[in-house]
Amino acid sequence: MRQTLSAALAAALIATPALADSWQDTLDAAGGQTVYWNAWGGDERTNAFIAWVSEQTTDLYGVSVRQVKLTDTAEAVTRVISEKAAGKDAGGSVDMIWINGPNFLSMKEQGLLHGPFVANLPNSKYLDLSGNSPNSVDFTVPVDGMESPWRLAKFVFNHDSARVETPPASMAGFVDWAADNPGRFTHPDPSNFMGATFLKQALIELTPNAAVLQEPVTDANFDAATAPLWDWYDALRPNLWRGGEAFPENQSVQDRLLNDGEIDIAMSFDPASTAGGIAAGLLPETTRVFVPENGTIGNVSFVAIPYNAANLEGAMVVANFLLAPETQAHMQNIEVLGSYSVLDPAKLDEASRAAFDALPTAPALPELDALGPTLLEPHASWMARLTAEWAERYTK
Amino acid sequence: MTPRDGKALRAVVLAALILGLIAPIAIGLAQTTRAAFGVMPVLGAITPGLDPWRDLFAIPGLWTSVRMTLWTGLASTLLSLMLAIGFCAVANDRMSHSAAARWLTPFLAAPHAAMAIGLAFVLAPSGWIARLLSPLIGWDRPPDLAIVNDPWGIALILGLMIKEVPFLLLVMLSALTQVPLRQHMAAGRMLGYGRGLVWMKIIAPQVWPLIRLPVMVVLAYAMSTVDMGLILGPSNPPVLAVLLTRLFFDPDVAQILPASSGAILQGLLVALAFLVLRLGEVVCRRVGLWWLRSGGRGSTAEPLLRVATVGVLGLFALGTLAMLSLLVWSLAWRWPWPAPLPQSWSLKPWTSPGAGWGNALGNTLLLAGASTAVSLAMAIAWLEGEDRAQRGRAGWAEALIYLPLLVPQIAFLYGLNVLFLRIGISGGHMAVIWAQALFVFPYVMITLSDPWRALDPRLTRAAASLGAGPWRRLFAVKLPVLLMPILTAAAIGIAVSVAQYLPTLFMGAGRVATLTTEAVTLSSGSDRRVTGVYASLQAGLPLAAYAIAFLIPALLHRNRDALKGASA
Repeated sequence: MRQTLSAALAAALIATPALADSWQDTLDAAGGQTVYWNAWGGDERTNAFIAWVSEQTTDLYGVSVRQVKLTDTAEAVTRVISEKAAGKDAGGSVDMIWINGPNFLSMKEQGLLHGPFVANLPNSKYLDLSGNSPNSVDFTVPVDGMESPWRLAKFVFNHDSARVETPPASMAGFVDWAADNPGRFTHPDPSNFMGATFLKQALIELTPNAAVLQEPVTDANFDAATAPLWDWYDALRPNLWRGGEAFPENQSVQDRLLNDGEIDIAMSFDPASTAGGIAAGLLPETTRVFVPENGTIGNVSFVAIPYNAANLEGAMVVANFLLAPETQAHMQNIEVLGSYSVLDPAKLDEASRAAFDALPTAPALPELDALGPTLLEPHASWMARLTAEWAERYTK
Repeated sequence: MTPRDGKALRAVVLAALILGLIAPIAIGLAQTTRAAFGVMPVLGAITPGLDPWRDLFAIPGLWTSVRMTLWTGLASTLLSLMLAIGFCAVANDRMSHSAAARWLTPFLAAPHAAMAIGLAFVLAPSGWIARLLSPLIGWDRPPDLAIVNDPWGIALILGLMIKEVPFLLLVMLSALTQVPLRQHMAAGRMLGYGRGLVWMKIIAPQVWPLIRLPVMVVLAYAMSTVDMGLILGPSNPPVLAVLLTRLFFDPDVAQILPASSGAILQGLLVALAFLVLRLGEVVCRRVGLWWLRSGGRGSTAEPLLRVATVGVLGLFALGTLAMLSLLVWSLAWRWPWPAPLPQSWSLKPWTSPGAGWGNALGNTLLLAGASTAVSLAMAIAWLEGEDRAQRGRAGWAEALIYLPLLVPQIAFLYGLNVLFLRIGISGGHMAVIWAQALFVFPYVMITLSDPWRALDPRLTRAAASLGAGPWRRLFAVKLPVLLMPILTAAAIGIAVSVAQYLPTLFMGAGRVATLTTEAVTLSSGSDRRVTGVYASLQAGLPLAAYAIAFLIPALLHRNRDALKGASA
């Protein structure tokens, strides 16, 4: 309680000397800690990056990081909940979570998070934390300093250009494309984050008034907003892979289908993942990124710290390290991870900017301006409703 | 031999079993049941009611999941049983027991998850078989066929059968040593019955009571497998166990309540399947008696036996391909469709143990060693207690041993985790070792019981007459003589421990990464090469344990002919 209070005070005041002092305290307390970072483990490059982070923070601060590889981020949420259930309010097993919208909303609402702490991180000065920045709003839920950004995500499609000459130019265009190429496209199961994002991407383009999606979902606005989506999907589904009766479990499995030649189009929340996949030998050399011309959903990936984390200070040190310009430049290197930086270029000094400019390029790595406009995530309540309705309609 | 010290030993073993084995299952079940009826104070749910059940039944496709669970469980078990009986009839007199055991070992040792991952690649429309066929058929793209994750559950049934048939064969071969096979066969043939008919009419009814419990274990497993169901089973909706695991880990924690109801439903389904098995048994007995009495000799069962043999050999071939494909993938760099072999090779995943498999291997070894050691100690103490009491095993005791294998894991693991959290050991190695031992102990006990009882009583009597007390007889005579079966039991224990997925996942709080949890996680990733490394290690480790179990006695007892390898 006291910690939360002092953190809140620090956030309110941002008095630099006091901040420096308290940060030194954090560093002192963090020394020797092992941070259990709960992160989705399906991507080897991310896993390798986290291993690199551990090496760096061990050298710099004596804080080591151990990745708890999740199949689904919700596993970590469940763990914190069952710990709270058992009255374990300190010394919890989860120190840090790579978290996304609905899980963040769920944890924030139930008071399962430590914070606010972002303003206490010295490297947060490189962030654009203004009200409407993607760093401040996660799926329309105000971040309020309860989670710290670390990588940028933007929804993109990828296709094997050896098989597909002109990919669909809009979400509506997928229906015709699939009719011409039956069985060559699919999307991850909507119970998975990526599958749900595909539905949301289509919803934003097809719905009569996209502004409605920024408000919480209600019975009344749901039916009106989603009717065109279901018409579109009913036309698309019969021409999906396996007749739309089965779906890959997640994005990685779909990438595997693309690599195996079972499908021609896949999708990702990371514009660099295609180039990364080619470099890792996991995708055909001819895979390229494309986006619908109206733009795609974008958001920021965050890390959050559970309220009962055993290695709280260590987790803060790691969150701060993730925001260092050198770390972000290393992360954006296509040979490492290729995720776009969350830092505001205007707030960087010369040297840091040069480090970003010097990064290598790759044929499958899209230029930032080729990615089109970024669309806002709908309010988090839409996603749950959308996936429930999808299951209701298509799971028999 | 005083009954007194036997009594003390038996009391200690019984107390340890009740506290260590029965109590966790009972408490876990009780917790799950409470949650199933809406009582879980930490979620603010305190009013008992039927809401969780209503929520459960409102899940779209739930009944399809239930039907799928019953279908895949019963079909895979019955088919496995039929194939195993048929194959036994053909192969039994052509193969020594120990040779067969060696032959079956790789299939028994390979964990379910590894087998499933390999099989998924072999069978997929873009998989190994399709790649080999594509030049012949002229596929330039993989056919759009639902082969793996098919809505009929056929891939799942095949995967289960590859693991179950070898297990049932082993159990059956060991049961057959208790049936005067040769005499029955001779008498039957003399009376004019064909070989197949003698098996069906005379041998099988005698073997059945001896293999009923193992068949029930197979059935319960097949109905509640998560790892195999996830990798091979239908996806929309999945089998019940997979659906429930997802519910337990849903971001909306309130889902734990309907998930608990589902876990109870899973238990009821297994009970229902047992009932079906029992009914089938009664019907078979009625019909079988009539069939026996009618005395028909005209029909021949040879074609059926041939079908069973071909079926079993086909399964073995698939299993071998599956395991091989894992190894090939672990050494590949690019292996795109429709290349029959990788285009380029790389040792990269193998040469970077720091990326994860080193740690997972260490954890797996530690857990397997500890849970096997605990289980082996308990089993030896139990068997020694029986010896000292000079009593056979009561029916309830036998049922007790099988209990953890008959109750679906998911029905008590979540509840057990809540208990472990309360006593503060959740997420540590202790909790995982304990949870794994629940499943390792029964297998160790079952494997060790027969050879232990078959020990020549004259040896201990001779030792006793030379003045050796009970403890000395145990350590100086029984254990050395039984070294081979003890090591075999240990190897099986290690194989069971390595294969544990759900207990490791629930109790380890995800922190205790083993080869199996990592392999299953990675199987939902895109990199088959890394998955190949984990799955190869996962399958190789138990195999190494079997090899050691075979080599140590051969070396230690190289000058003691009777102890070299006649057992197991």
